[in-house]
Amino acid sequence: MTIVFTLNDREVTWEIEPTETLLQALRRNGLVGAKEGCDTASCGVCTVLLDNKPVPSCAVPAARVDGHTVTTVEGVQDQARRIGEAMAAEGADQCGYCTPGLVMSLVAMEKELDQPDDEQIRSYLAGNMCRCSGYTSQMRAVRKYLGGGR
Amino acid sequence: MNEVGKSLPKIDGVGLALGRPAYTDDLAPRPALVVRALRSPHAFARLKSIDTAAAEAIDGVACVLTWRDVPRVAVTRAGQGHPEPSPRDRFILDEYVRHVGDEVAVVAADSEAAAVAALAALVVDYEVLEPVLDFEQAEDHATVLHSEPEIHENFPIGFEPTRNIASAYAMHVGDVDKVVQDAEVVLRRTYYTQAQQHVALEPMVCATWLDLHGRLNVLTSTQTPWHVRRIMARALEMPVGEIRVNKPRIGGGFGGKQMIHGELLCGLVTRRTGKAARMVYSRREVFAATNTRHPMRMDITLAADRGGHLRAIDMQALSDTGAYGEHALTVFMVAGAKTLPLYNKVEAVRFGGKTVYTNRVPGGAFRGYGAIQGNYALESALAELAHELDLDPVELRRMNMIAEGETSPIFAIMGEGTEGVAMTIDSCKLPACIDRGMELIGWGEKYPRREAGPEKVRGVGMALAMQGSGIPGIDMAAATLKLNDFGSFNLLIGATDLGTGSDTILAQIAAETLSVSTDLIKVYSSDTDRTPFDTGAYASSTTYVSGHAVRTAAQKMRAALLTEGAAMLGCAEKDAVFDGAEVRGPDGAISLEDLSTRLLYSQNQKQLCTTGSHLCEKSPPPYLAAFAEVEVDLGTGKVDLIDFVAVVDCGQAINPNLARVQVEGGLAQGIGMALTEEVRYGKRGTLLTGDMMTYRIPARQDIPRLTVELAASHEPSGPFGAKSVGEIGIDTPPAAIANAVFNAVGVRVRDLPLTAEKVLMALREGRAK
Repeated sequence: MTIVFTLNDREVTWEIEPTETLLQALRRNGLVGAKEGCDTASCGVCTVLLDNKPVPSCAVPAARVDGHTVTTVEGVQDQARRIGEAMAAEGADQCGYCTPGLVMSLVAMEKELDQPDDEQIRSYLAGNMCRCSGYTSQMRAVRKYLGGGR
Repeated sequence: MNEVGKSLPKIDGVGLALGRPAYTDDLAPRPALVVRALRSPHAFARLKSIDTAAAEAIDGVACVLTWRDVPRVAVTRAGQGHPEPSPRDRFILDEYVRHVGDEVAVVAADSEAAAVAALAALVVDYEVLEPVLDFEQAEDHATVLHSEPEIHENFPIGFEPTRNIASAYAMHVGDVDKVVQDAEVVLRRTYYTQAQQHVALEPMVCATWLDLHGRLNVLTSTQTPWHVRRIMARALEMPVGEIRVNKPRIGGGFGGKQMIHGELLCGLVTRRTGKAARMVYSRREVFAATNTRHPMRMDITLAADRGGHLRAIDMQALSDTGAYGEHALTVFMVAGAKTLPLYNKVEAVRFGGKTVYTNRVPGGAFRGYGAIQGNYALESALAELAHELDLDPVELRRMNMIAEGETSPIFAIMGEGTEGVAMTIDSCKLPACIDRGMELIGWGEKYPRREAGPEKVRGVGMALAMQGSGIPGIDMAAATLKLNDFGSFNLLIGATDLGTGSDTILAQIAAETLSVSTDLIKVYSSDTDRTPFDTGAYASSTTYVSGHAVRTAAQKMRAALLTEGAAMLGCAEKDAVFDGAEVRGPDGAISLEDLSTRLLYSQNQKQLCTTGSHLCEKSPPPYLAAFAEVEVDLGTGKVDLIDFVAVVDCGQAINPNLARVQVEGGLAQGIGMALTEEVRYGKRGTLLTGDMMTYRIPARQDIPRLTVELAASHEPSGPFGAKSVGEIGIDTPPAAIANAVFNAVGVRVRDLPLTAEKVLMALREGRAK
């Protein structure tokens, strides 16, 4: 089936399988920033923005984005670079598999929350799991990014 | 030092944040056959028949393989040195399936849909057999898991498959029974540790294809490319030289990728079809069909005098290796070898027991590798002894722990699978780690407990840990430096960065040795065709062992630059110096940029290329002092972590940020093992925790605070004074948290994890469980 949607600020027309998830469709089309982690919308590794809200793309049928707006890490490269630099400055990046998903949640959080405190940040990013870092260094990086990144 | 000791950003960090293609599935060739396995719904069964006709008839299906179609060669999937200390007890596919999730058959098809349809079309007639599900009943059980004539041990490891025993081990120093008999105080306790899953966020992924020359290329998310190549060659009956294994970026390993997973099936599909193939494990498959930490029962006896001086330690363990014996003996041995030397003043020490087969997901390598199991038992028992003697648990440790300049006979007796290597401890900053840790947690004010509101009590607990730095006499690593024109270097290493930042710290070591900036070192890691050998990323070896190899290669490069620079300057080598920027002689200088460019294009032309190898001769332990603060809800038994303090002696940190985060990440995994993580099974051996909703790793809100500091330390035998840091962080949380819970509410739960239910039941019983 054919879907038409806005992907990273450009209108695209994609042929998709009716049963495909958004994650599968993105990766099949070469956008590999979103990754498969858990298949059950539990880990946040596949986070993308659907109409500017973070969603687990493994749990969104590709057909559902027809007529909507999707933003992936490939579409927010400047912010991703600044976040990546803040993470690397703290040694928080580690294996990096969860980083693009975290970037997308942070991008959404910046739009939604003004000057969030640690509790709000933890709560907003709760769905982005990381198995390497223990989160503490990520929190240091996020604070630094929010403090100096805007 | 200019490069070592600096918290440089990880060289791949920004590229990964940008989402650039980096991991196996990002880079795997397309198109490729989709490889999927049919997995057993039974804990133990014989495959009476498999009808593949309907599956093979499906459009797009390229091949269907069953146990009748694979080479009958016994292998182990443990990524260990050659010959492996694990039993060779499995085949690519077998007539028997031995746990829910074990591989029944494999299909390969043009599309995911065709592969799924083919799996559904396979008709399997199972003869369901009685499984062994309780590891304490496994030895000499009526059900024998392994009776295949081809399986064997590579050297004596106590392998007795007819009795369901994968390995056995025993050692002793002195007469434990006599000391126990004479001792003023004897404490006997039993502790249980559970199966834990690695849950690296990238699942197991591999891709295989034949190159121009017909060689089998393997792109895979592995910690051990050379072991994968060697074991694949054996299993597929091909020469090692006909296989190339390459690992790209890895999305976490933690030991889970120190086993072979899809590589054998995927490689066989490519061999049979000639086509590229790709196998991506679903999360359910990761849980059901890879490996877990070995669950253990630890029976521990401590003998001491009334003053708290330990006189003997006896640790007898039973380990559950599940359906296959991956890392069975070595994990078992580490439970003693990397805990007992901490308390080296004893008159006698004994350690031993067996690893048994059950019809569960196989045990395997997992960060800590036995040390966390042993640590939980030993450090809990010491806290119990301190309580019984009415001693401060910190004082009890101080009185008995190992110190610089000392040794333990265990180092020589116990290695990993073989004898160990005697060594003297040249760096041990435990006293400083303990002092600083007590200060950071506020031990003086908080020990043992304080009320934290209605129905809530806070307590603090502590534990010490040691680990190793590589496997002495076995772990070998090599590195090659190649000089490029205009003064950059390629650093080619077999060391396998699985997300730890080892590529970065190895570049720092090369840069420091050459007196150049780290950004001139271009790292390429882990490709059996294109980089030198390395045993792999395990046993806390990379910084200490691979780091040495890199330093040696860089020292040789430095010498070569001096030779060539002096020749170009027309001076004697002894009169020339190299400062990283230029070679300077009495009458002039030549820049590195100029020298390197002339060497390739115009003068004294040659390629400078140097290689260093390093065999680890000792294994200096890093040390860690841990302090946990918990809050226990008296009404529900729920344990919340308030703070976890760890002060670690890892020698000189090559990159303090990355070292610190290694410890923080290890702590978080250990906290998960202490509080929430547990692989659970139903009555018939069905896996109940097959996804990340039922198997709960710590989320951001479970870890409010980790306080990690590195103690000033220098290990004389390490590269620039470094020891390892990758594993030690995971060891202490189970014991430190269990001890904190006891100090808070007076209940002692002796089986992990410390769930609210167990704590509440113990509270209700009003006594230690």
